This record gives sequence, structure tokens and C-alpha cells, in this order.
Amino acid sequence: MLDSSEGYVTEDGRKIGGVVMEMKNITLRFGGVVAIKDISFDIREGEIRAIIGPNGAGKSSMLNVISGFYVPQEGEVWFHGAKRPPMRPYEVAQQGIARTFQNIALFEGMSVLDNVMTGRLSFMKTNIFQQALWKGKAEAEEGENREAVEKIIDFLEIQHIRKTPVSRLPYGLKKRVELARALAAEPKLLLLDEPMAGMNVEEKEDMSRFILDVNDEFGTTIALIEHDMGVVMDLSDRVVVMDYGRKIGDGTPDEVRNNQEVIDAYLGVSHD
Amino acid sequence: MFYREAGDFKTSYRDDSQTFPIKFDRYRYYVVLAVAFGIIPFIINDYWANALLLPFLIYAIAAIGLNILVGYCGQVSLGTGGFMAVGAYACYKLMTAFPDVSMFIHVLLAGGITAFVGVLFGLPSLRIKGFYLAVATLAAQFFLVWLFNRVPWFYNYSASGQINAPERDVFGIIVTGPNASAWATYLFCLIFLTVSAIIARNLTRGTTGRTWMAIRDMDIAAEIIGVNPLKAKLTAFAVSSFFVGIAGALFFAVYLGAVEVGEVFGIQKSFLVLFMVIIGGLGSIFGSFAGAAFLVLLPVVLKLIGVDLLGWPTDIVAHLNLVIVGALIIMFLILEPHGLAQLWRVAKEKLRLWPFPH
Repeated sequence: MLDSSEGYVTEDGRKIGGVVMEMKNITLRFGGVVAIKDISFDIREGEIRAIIGPNGAGKSSMLNVISGFYVPQEGEVWFHGAKRPPMRPYEVAQQGIARTFQNIALFEGMSVLDNVMTGRLSFMKTNIFQQALWKGKAEAEEGENREAVEKIIDFLEIQHIRKTPVSRLPYGLKKRVELARALAAEPKLLLLDEPMAGMNVEEKEDMSRFILDVNDEFGTTIALIEHDMGVVMDLSDRVVVMDYGRKIGDGTPDEVRNNQEVIDAYLGVSHD
Repeated sequence: MFYREAGDFKTSYRDDSQTFPIKFDRYRYYVVLAVAFGIIPFIINDYWANALLLPFLIYAIAAIGLNILVGYCGQVSLGTGGFMAVGAYACYKLMTAFPDVSMFIHVLLAGGITAFVGVLFGLPSLRIKGFYLAVATLAAQFFLVWLFNRVPWFYNYSASGQINAPERDVFGIIVTGPNASAWATYLFCLIFLTVSAIIARNLTRGTTGRTWMAIRDMDIAAEIIGVNPLKAKLTAFAVSSFFVGIAGALFFAVYLGAVEVGEVFGIQKSFLVLFMVIIGGLGSIFGSFAGAAFLVLLPVVLKLIGVDLLGWPTDIVAHLNLVIVGALIIMFLILEPHGLAQLWRVAKEKLRLWPFPH
């Protein structure tokens, strides 16, 4: 189904563009432990790309490599057609890669609004003296960014809690606020680390709807890690399967589902 | 009954992000400002200025400074006394070197120099956190006091090793030295406090404040979503030390007039300001005021009640003060880590709904 480097059209008729991010022969070691072993894959513009695999397969490490938190010992990361030099995580964020975390990493002492506003850091251009003065540039900038943030708050339906301190929120809402914070950065690539972990069915449905809407409405490229197979197979356009740090499968959900190695390693043998 | 937000509609984001979004709060703030600037200067006398108002104003500036570092950015510092000493000695050197320059400029420059020193001693915070950083700032405290004690250049080779504030003025009004009048010193400090509080509030409600709080709440996540930790931590150290330096300069030049560094800016001073921040409320500008007011008032009130009213010996009352402060610190840390400011917030939330429970 992958015709060329020009992209492809998904089953539901969405057009997927060229390569946004390409991982080339990534190897990541922690001392003697090889977390990721010679993995290559690409993420294309506008697609929802899933990374799946059993516990300890190296999925989160892979996401951490993409977001610059780990620097791989071997291999290259290409972003928007250019090889990415080793950089600090905040520089990666400024390039337009936003993410959420497996264990929610919100700023507990701040309100929902402040949390989401923090996501817009790369749009804040005033210096500390202008901010100390507040009147003028800083106030105008705050207003503009607040407007953008309010759109995302509307989009994710969290208006009623915008002034609530995050520490008072239930788990499902925290996950949504975290998504809002990542979206506020208007990312070119959005990384979601187990967005549905620990949720009940309704919350999972809500979250799936939001992920699809984000992809649909903003055209955001999304890479996600998820354990719920039903969700992964329904949401994603292409799936990378990892096991023990190796890539054992890559393709559409159907291709992956029928890949014998994947079935053996992870999905188990079908009973029906 | 009139403490309500119902009916107080905001139609712009600008209105929504103002310091006092509730009308009643806003008017109360204007009233406080009017009293502080318009009434107190006319009725002030030397006793009120020296026993209560000057220490309150100056400690409030220091507490705002430390609160930015500890309460907003989460970097524990025990070097406040040392940084106040930097402000005081910088101010002294400037006052003696340039006698004709306005005192305003001297104090501001002293703050700037302290900010620079603060950034230098803040550099370890990029590598270490928590207790270890506290110990590193403790080293700054002892080193700075030692430095000002041992290098005669800092105290202009005076025989006593003390520094004495010469008489200096602002627009012809004497604010330092023995001839300064109470109202002038009061207004001078009040202006610095007001501007410091406004600047601190502007910074903490905007982008800079959010990066500080992000670093405080979860530094790794902050870095991954785009906060430059180096910039956030060092600006916090710079702004914090700037205010602490101003407080130190005012403490020496306007309040005390003569300073022996080990006695005035020792480790006790660091702890005193830290206690103000803890009792007042970490991460709250109002808390800095409340904490400073509380710890300045407590000994005065105790002395009034204990010595003057009940006739207890002075030393017992002085020790009672220490006992009460210690007990309060433990109480606040266990029961209400966000201090007086949180109690105030809770009271306001209840007031909004009063007389209904929900």
C-alpha cells in the first residue's frame, strides 16, 4: 500500500503526505542493556502512527529518543528532511514536537489555564523587562496567546475547569489537560505516550474521539503508544511493532495483525 | 455580603488576568495604597517607623525576593542573609564613592549587583537540587559574610570594621543618616516595596512565572515541553537576588544606619526571611507581606502583652518569641504548607458563598 515517498491515501480517504520524521538505524543502550536495537521507521505528515509492543519492548524509550530526552548511541533522527544534531529536550520542543507522558506530568501547583499556557512557550517573545512592566507588549502577547489557548480549551471541552488547580482534578481530566498543553504548542508532531492508560471505556472513547478530531481538524501528525489493541487498530493508519528492542513488524493494522511474528510475540493466537 | 463575583462580568482576557479580578478586592487594594501613601506619612513618628513600619516594609521586599526563588521556582536558598549583605555593602561602596548621586540610583544599582552575585551562586542549581542546593547556598551565606569581614576594602578600611551610612538624599530630602525624618524613610521604603510587589506580580502572572512554576512542579516535564531550565533558574536567582539586594541596601542604609556584617546579615537573617516565606505562604506575593508582618509584629505584640501588661521579665518574653515561632513553623508545615496566604484564600472562597455553605 505504500506507493512511494509521495505519500498515500488511507482507507477512510485521508491523504497522507511526505515524511515528517525518519528514524534511521536507532540503537540505544543503557550500559549493557540494549533498549532499542537498530530500528528504522518513518512518520508521515497527517498520519496517526502507533508504536506497540509488550512491556519493556522499548516503546517509551523510542518516544524519548524522538523528544530528545535520550540521545541514541547509533543512528540518525531526521526531522523535516534535515538530520537533527544532538540537542536538549527544550530545543526539540521549540522545533515543534510536543508530547504527553505515560504518568501524567502536569504542573500540579498551577491552574489548568496556566498549564495550557505553558504549552505556548515558543510563541512568547517578550523579554523579562517587558513582562515586569506588563502594560504594553507583555499584556498584548498574553491576550493573543490566551485566545489561542481558549480555542483548545473549547475543543477539548474543559472550559468548566480552566481556573481549577490541576491537583484537584480526577485522572481522566488530567489526561485531557495534558493533551491540551501539548496541543497548545501547535506541534508539527504530537507524541502521545499511552493516552488511554488507566481509563474506563467511556473515557477511552472520549480520548479516541479527541485524537481523531485533532488529527482531522488541525491536520496534526500523531505518534502514539498504546496497549489497548482495539484502540490501536481502530485509530492508527500504520503500526510499528517492537519486541525486546527490535522492530518485528511495520504496516497497516491489517498487515500487522496478520504478521506471524507479531502474532507469536504479542497478540497471541486468535481463538475464533 | 458584598464580596461577590456574581454580576462582575469580564469581557476581555485582559480583565480576566488582572491582579484583583474581584471588584471588592480591587477597591480594598486602592484603599490600602491610599492609606499607606496618603495618611500614614502624616501621622508617623519615630517609634512606629523604627519598631514596626520600616522593618515590615524592608522584610516584605526580602520575603518577596525569596518567595520568587523558593515559592515560585522551587530552588531552596539559605543564602538570603549573605545576599542582603551584598546589597548593603554594594550600596555602602556606591554611597561613599559617588556622594552626589541620588539614593534611588544607589539602591537600584545595589540590587543589580546583588542580582549578578545571585546568578553566580545560582549556577550550582543547574546540577543539584533540594537539600544539596540548600547546602550550596549556605556556603554562599558563610563565604559572603566572611568576605565582607576579612577584606577591608569593603568597609573602606574603617577601624571598627563596621559600615556606617552617611547622610544622602533623594531630590533634596534626606533619607539616610541620623537626620532623616521618619516619614521620608518610610515613604522611601514604601515606594521600593510597592514597585517590587508590582514587578513580582507581573512576572509571576506571565510567561516567566509560568516557566518558574513549571520548573518547581516538574522540572523534567518542563524541559520536554520547551522550558529552558538554565534560563528559568538563573532568571529566578537574578530577580530574587535583585529584590533581596534592595532589601539589604535599605536595611543597612535607611533602617539601621550602621552594620556589623556577621551580626546583622548572619545565618539567622536567612532563616528569619525563610520563616516569613513559609509562614506567609510559599508561592504567593500576598504571603510575603503576611509573613513579614507576622514576624515583625509578633515580638512587638509579645513585648506589649508580656512585659508591659503582665510584667514578665524581658528575657522570658524574648525566649517565648522563639518558642512560638518554632511551634508555628512546625504547625504550618504540617497543617497548612501554603501558609497564611492559603488561609486567606480559603476565607475568601467561603466569603464568596456566605451565608450559604456550598
